[in-house]
Amino acid sequence: MTQVTVKHLWKEFDGNVVLENVNLQVDDHEFVTIVGASGCGKTTFLKMLLGIETPSRGAFLIDGQPLPNEPGPDRGIVFQRYSLFPHLTVMGNLLLGLELQGSPILCRLFGARRRRALDQARELLEAVGLQAAADKYPAQLSGGMQQRLSIAQSVICEPKILLLDEPFGALDPGITSDMHTLILKLWNMNKMTIFMVTHDLQESFALGTRVLVFDKVRVDAQAPEAFGATITFNIPLKGHRSPG
Amino acid sequence: MRRLVNQRPGRGSTALLSVLPFILVLCAYFYYSHARLLANPGDKLLPAPATIAATMHRYAFEEDERSGDRLLWTDTGASLSRLAVALAISSGMGLALGLAIGVLPYLRATIAPFVAALSLIPPLAVLPILFIVAGLGETAKITLIIIGVAPFIVRDLAMRTAELPTEQIIKAQTLGASTWQLVTRVVLPQMWPRLIDALRLSLGSAWLFLIAAEAIASTEGLGYRIFLVRRYLAMDVILPYVAWITVLAFTMDWLLRLLRTKAFGWASGAA
Repeated sequence: MTQVTVKHLWKEFDGNVVLENVNLQVDDHEFVTIVGASGCGKTTFLKMLLGIETPSRGAFLIDGQPLPNEPGPDRGIVFQRYSLFPHLTVMGNLLLGLELQGSPILCRLFGARRRRALDQARELLEAVGLQAAADKYPAQLSGGMQQRLSIAQSVICEPKILLLDEPFGALDPGITSDMHTLILKLWNMNKMTIFMVTHDLQESFALGTRVLVFDKVRVDAQAPEAFGATITFNIPLKGHRSPG
Repeated sequence: MRRLVNQRPGRGSTALLSVLPFILVLCAYFYYSHARLLANPGDKLLPAPATIAATMHRYAFEEDERSGDRLLWTDTGASLSRLAVALAISSGMGLALGLAIGVLPYLRATIAPFVAALSLIPPLAVLPILFIVAGLGETAKITLIIIGVAPFIVRDLAMRTAELPTEQIIKAQTLGASTWQLVTRVVLPQMWPRLIDALRLSLGSAWLFLIAAEAIASTEGLGYRIFLVRRYLAMDVILPYVAWITVLAFTMDWLLRLLRTKAFGWASGAA
């Protein structure tokens, strides 16, 4: 069970209010999509969930516990790009999470544990359709394949929460629907909660079980920085979608 | 008629064109050497190719009367081992300090300005200090090369480390990486090819400091020999020695480049 609670959250940068009074309650295994105009703080919101920005006021709670103030294995992330390790093969990228968590000093697995990790990685590789590319390096993959690998790389560690920062924003429109099928499949396989920032309204309704719209409710024309954005619409959508 | 910028030599003519300047220089040397020797058979400035060959044969294959060494190889061995030790130590310092500065904000705040200041000290200006403190032995010469190239390698690797996309560093943490794991599995492996680049760029200055140190206080070495025989205007030794040093430097550069493509194939593809 993973419940995410946001209480009276404010975020300011040098007197510049980005987010004000954000309140939110997200249940286990939800797929939350976040939309809003650029500069409305949706990425800042995600960064705070990730732990690389700290709230100015208010708090994030996961199952009643305050969020750690640095990234950790309970919250996976897929960025728009650059989240793969160029020096590792596809298989190496996928194994990395298991190796890091299974071997604190050497960061390598041996014998039966390595075989088990390889099996797990192969299974996931098949699920994301990259088994033929297992020995390639990220630079040899297309943008869509890179993002599939990046998602798989996060999912293999079984995070409670998966954060997606415009993960399909840099891809060809043709690939996007395949990616939607894939993310829904992985979401159902792993029972995790997903937060996804997107600029595509259609995508947000197609994928989400809950759509959050970030916008400013108060605007001061003389001092645009005085007020921040908040969740103006919190739209629960009926039913968990199945892949396809 | 296509534009000049669109006219490209074929494979064969590329090879031919690349050796052309070397051939031209050699021809010019042969011509002027011959002309000078015709005018004055005792001329020492541009010795005949046959003289150079004879001298080098003596240096490479005959034992020196005084020391019993085959001088060319003794000199080459001495110089290369100084260079190798100095570059190995510089690489180690570069990796350790560069990565630490690049990864750890507290160390960056503490050491980075200090290293930046150190790197501005002209190494030759501290050579007297080295000779006073470390004596005239190997330590002073090797230290001079290290002072000359290590700060550059440290700063270069610190910058390359800091240039790694933040996304990667954050991603690794979400996969459970500790600081140690982050450095050993994510940062260090990506810095090896960068280290090779930095080494290739510092080869020139490493040779410079090596020869400077050998010229001042040494008993063998390529730089020592050149400065020793300068007293006798022995161009038949100096010229081939300079060419030999160039060949050695070129080979080292080539080997490093080969190592980079063979061992770190992932780094030579598209970024």
